[in-house]
Amino acid sequence: MRKFDTKVQYLKYKVLREVARQAWKDTLFENLLDIPKIIVPGNTPTMRCCVYKERAILAERVKLAMGGDKDNPNVIQVIEIACDECPVGGFEVTNACRGCLAHRCEDVCRFGAISFDENHVAHIDKSKCKECGACSKVCPYTAIVSRKRPCQNACKIKAISMNENKAASIDNGKCISCGACVYQCPFGAIMDKSYILNVIDLLKKSLENKDIKLYAVVAPSISSQFTYAKLGQVVTGLKKLGFHTVVEAALGADMVAQAESKELAEKGFLTSSCCPAFVDYINKAFPELVPYVSHNLSPMATIAKYIKDTTKNAKVVFIGPCTAKKAEVQKDAVKPYVDAALTFEELQALFDSRDLDITTLEDGVLDNASYFGRIFARCGGLSDAVAQGLKEHGITDFELKPCSCDGIEACRVALLKKSKNLLDANFIEGMACIGGCIGGAGCLTHGEKNKAEVDKYGREALEKTISDAVSVLK
Amino acid sequence: MKVTVCIGSSCHLKGSRQVVEALQRNIADHGLADTVELGGTFCMGKCQQGVCVSVDDDFFSVSPDTVDDFFKNTILARA
Repeated sequence: MRKFDTKVQYLKYKVLREVARQAWKDTLFENLLDIPKIIVPGNTPTMRCCVYKERAILAERVKLAMGGDKDNPNVIQVIEIACDECPVGGFEVTNACRGCLAHRCEDVCRFGAISFDENHVAHIDKSKCKECGACSKVCPYTAIVSRKRPCQNACKIKAISMNENKAASIDNGKCISCGACVYQCPFGAIMDKSYILNVIDLLKKSLENKDIKLYAVVAPSISSQFTYAKLGQVVTGLKKLGFHTVVEAALGADMVAQAESKELAEKGFLTSSCCPAFVDYINKAFPELVPYVSHNLSPMATIAKYIKDTTKNAKVVFIGPCTAKKAEVQKDAVKPYVDAALTFEELQALFDSRDLDITTLEDGVLDNASYFGRIFARCGGLSDAVAQGLKEHGITDFELKPCSCDGIEACRVALLKKSKNLLDANFIEGMACIGGCIGGAGCLTHGEKNKAEVDKYGREALEKTISDAVSVLK
Repeated sequence: MKVTVCIGSSCHLKGSRQVVEALQRNIADHGLADTVELGGTFCMGKCQQGVCVSVDDDFFSVSPDTVDDFFKNTILARA
């Protein structure tokens, strides 16, 4: 049974599970310092040079599991002592270079950065190289490799650099908390802060006090997660943890699609507001385009607002694939509606901290949203839903020209074009993660079939149209 | 009078949309929009008895087939 993509995720999970276990028993503070030793017992190192370093890093992971550095506003944090100080050389010629005659590398380099020594071996002049990678692509011996750090490679918006200790350092003025670096760092040196303790606290309060109703709002990308069990068993598991009930964030997506399609037709141009990392990116990198961001709250916040508006003493925990949601729930416009955001990784730790084997549970039901709300989880879904929204509103004098951006690089290109008035589209669907939410850093697993799983889940919805799904809310 | 229909997953699958639509229609037909406040909620904790409907603090089990009778016998009677 494969629960995670990587061992780094598994390690992070073990820390979260142990912290959660202690929190349930109210013994976290007395056992806090023992947690690293519980996870790495004995004297034989399994990951680093010695068990002491392993435990020192684990102590940092424990801190992150408990909410991390309060003085750092970013929900993404570097564990400096875990950073392996990867090479930073950029493109380099390796000893696989055979000193050939063709010199494709030299011909393709537009910056004149390649020269040859007396053995005809290529060299890159770092003062001229722009790190475009063209030489690497054309070398017949693949002798030119990128020595860029995986975190820097993952961060397409260039928010990561090296500090004086050669450790990765995040520029909070640029970082959009998408978590790409968290997922890509092979040493697990960058982590998202966890608010799992806040969730356990809410669960305890709602278990003690029947007046408090704790709602789990789950993202539609859950359809591609927990694949070792049934979705209905996840729902039952959430109720066993102490949630009053489970509601689809996708119903919020239906509400957003309905409102956003109308807003789009009125304004003539919009960028989506569902992906918090994309919205943050516009704020930080394209402030002049902020007026075009849809005024709708995200699907998560929209459905949470509905729940709080209609139910006394309601508390809402969002569960999804996203690290940027942890930042979104701290925003003033969202804070009143969502009490905490949890990732699927953290939910797995939460289940296991209670020794809940969801595969043994009975099958619950989850059905609030329409097909269109559910396909928000994958790139292109939002544009499909807005097209459907226009159709259901009977708006025929507005022609939708969507630009679905798969990943933050594509978002950057579209926003850049828009800022220069060169974009042939009137709606930008921005998804910071490749594939959309199913590519989120907080997913347990990422796979080829995830998009198909989302579409299948969409088709299983009882309601086939957006209007039908939201009609119960009026 | 506050009428709340459960729109949680279980009740939704048993037809809460049809129940809400029938109640909206009946309320409009009888000109009760000012008297009856119709609202939704997610899960009343009695999923077996869905579609769950509460009228003020009293609980009722309704289905798309019985909703018109329910309106007549309960809501109209109390209005």
